[in-house]
Amino acid sequence: MTTNTAPDAATGGETRRTAQTQGTSLVLRNLSRAFGATRALDGLSIDIASGELVALLGPSGCGKTTALRIVAGFESADTGSVLVDGKDISRVPAAKRDMGMVFQSYSLFPNMNALDNVGFGLRMRKLGSAQRRKRAGELLDMVGLAPQAKQFPHQLSGGQQQRVALARALAIEPRVLLLDEPLSALDAKVRLQLREQIRTLQQRLGTTTMFVTHDQEEALSMADRVGVMRRGNLEQIAAPDELYDHPATAFVAEFVGIMNRIPAELAGSGMVTCVSCTVPVRGDSVSDLGGDGAVDVLVRPEGLTMEVAQNGNGIVTTRTFLGSVTRVGVLLSGDVTVQIDKPSAETAALAPGTSVSVTLPMDPVLVAPRS
Amino acid sequence: MAAVADTKAVESPQRTARPGRAKSFPVWRWVILLVAAVYFLIPLWSALRFAGIKALGSVVSQAGFTDALWLSVRLAIVTTVITIALMLPTAVYVHLRLPKVRRLLEGITILPIVIPPVVLSVGVLQVAPGFLKSTPYVLALMYVILAMPFAYRAIDAGLRALDLKTVVEASNSLGAGWITTLFRVVLPNLTTALLSATVLTVALVLGEFTMASLFLYQTFPVWIVVFDQTSGQISVAASLLALFVTWLFLMAITVIGTRRGRRTGRGQVTLFTVARQETRGSE
Repeated sequence: MTTNTAPDAATGGETRRTAQTQGTSLVLRNLSRAFGATRALDGLSIDIASGELVALLGPSGCGKTTALRIVAGFESADTGSVLVDGKDISRVPAAKRDMGMVFQSYSLFPNMNALDNVGFGLRMRKLGSAQRRKRAGELLDMVGLAPQAKQFPHQLSGGQQQRVALARALAIEPRVLLLDEPLSALDAKVRLQLREQIRTLQQRLGTTTMFVTHDQEEALSMADRVGVMRRGNLEQIAAPDELYDHPATAFVAEFVGIMNRIPAELAGSGMVTCVSCTVPVRGDSVSDLGGDGAVDVLVRPEGLTMEVAQNGNGIVTTRTFLGSVTRVGVLLSGDVTVQIDKPSAETAALAPGTSVSVTLPMDPVLVAPRS
Repeated sequence: MAAVADTKAVESPQRTARPGRAKSFPVWRWVILLVAAVYFLIPLWSALRFAGIKALGSVVSQAGFTDALWLSVRLAIVTTVITIALMLPTAVYVHLRLPKVRRLLEGITILPIVIPPVVLSVGVLQVAPGFLKSTPYVLALMYVILAMPFAYRAIDAGLRALDLKTVVEASNSLGAGWITTLFRVVLPNLTTALLSATVLTVALVLGEFTMASLFLYQTFPVWIVVFDQTSGQISVAASLLALFVTWLFLMAITVIGTRRGRRTGRGQVTLFTVARQETRGSE
């Protein structure tokens, strides 16, 4: 139980100083948290460099939100610690952590207009009324909502509310910005705009940011690094392109982007046979295979090639125009459907029902135990 | 988020309904309105005829009137203060920390409606502190229990419309401690709910007869019944007066609530606001 009536000299003064210098490192060290029998977090460790935006991506229940809430101070970890600039903050209450947070649901205070909402954190920091209004006004301007300053939350659209919430979180010059699926309640177009706006602001201010989402497109497009989570731990954390091109595990491969799974046979000496092609297995994928040789090859839609061929090994079933590329669904023998991307200009002949020959290029492929 | 969806859901049907209503107000609506008006207004009118305008004026000067009314007012104040002091923190705590207990609490708060007043009063007497047992304030303790279903529901509906957890966490993350959050964020958004709880509690206390007469305290309703034996006209006039004052009180709260609601977007506020949010919440 703490109130802000008497600012804590030790933490209060110090946090103010670090906030101004900006660029705060955030380290999650071996965090574990169980809710009853479910282990929401199981020894999670992440290092976030100062100014970096790290997205935590994963299916619901993977523990990403729990991790964020532990950093914010709304939950406590059973074991492990959270370090901000090298200092353990596990015992610091949420109100004194200097972390700006944007929530999934609309979290503006209904009794205050946009300006007062943004100024709330500054008020808690004992800033004078004139100064507070000036700063809040600047922030509203920054998110493009200066004309709406006097409006109440119910008069704002969902996207506007989230922008005010973002301005409110940034107003306190947080050491770390925490985003808990802030875009998931918005419609697609607004989501895209706000996504860019958040990223631009974050880079301009250099605020260390942790972003939780289940939307892989959002994570890949915004983050410096994306951490894919599963069952309370990191499956892989890497830059978006690395994650897409070189997924460390089958789970990551299938969770990020579209991935085809095609039954294959191990052919010995690090080779695998799939759709009548024998190609090398990627070095890092062999270890977790079963011994009987029955495996699946994981390959992206752009990683397969096909040509129209009489008596080929597949039949075109669907054709989806996606702009510059067209995604073609092909039914292979053994009742396996794969998605193959081709430049749209080359797909005129690929009407559903066409017989095609699907092949794998000679690049190393990721292999997983057959599911 | 729920609140946003709610206001939209409430507003849009009204918007579409309004022009239609302006054009043609169907005859059967007039009929229903008329029947209801006859049912409610004729007794009032008869009472006024029976008592006479003069009696209304002389009610105030009758023996025991001031004492009885003052006792009822004091009981109403004490009951409301205890009820809100108990119910508000409980409801807030349950919403934040024990959401699973909410259903159970809803069930418990409804018990006073099914348990006979006599049983309740005996129960209260068992646990009431000794120094209260000989004062009329022991009634307040019983009224707190009687008011519980209404007060809890009003506050609960207000909390549901607020998305309490998110708002409290947002306030915390911005540097507000618990006390600041309660007074700057939670309470200002619960004024309507608290007003509703207050109105319901006050109305209940001002009208309660059984327990007061059982314990031989002359509250206002008891006085009206007792005085009926002295002068029927004055007694009826007093009833009318009580009705009118209560009505004024409800109107005042509606107006205040609506003015606030217009500013912060909660729309019009009546006692029915509570009921509406409640049914939606339980869907």
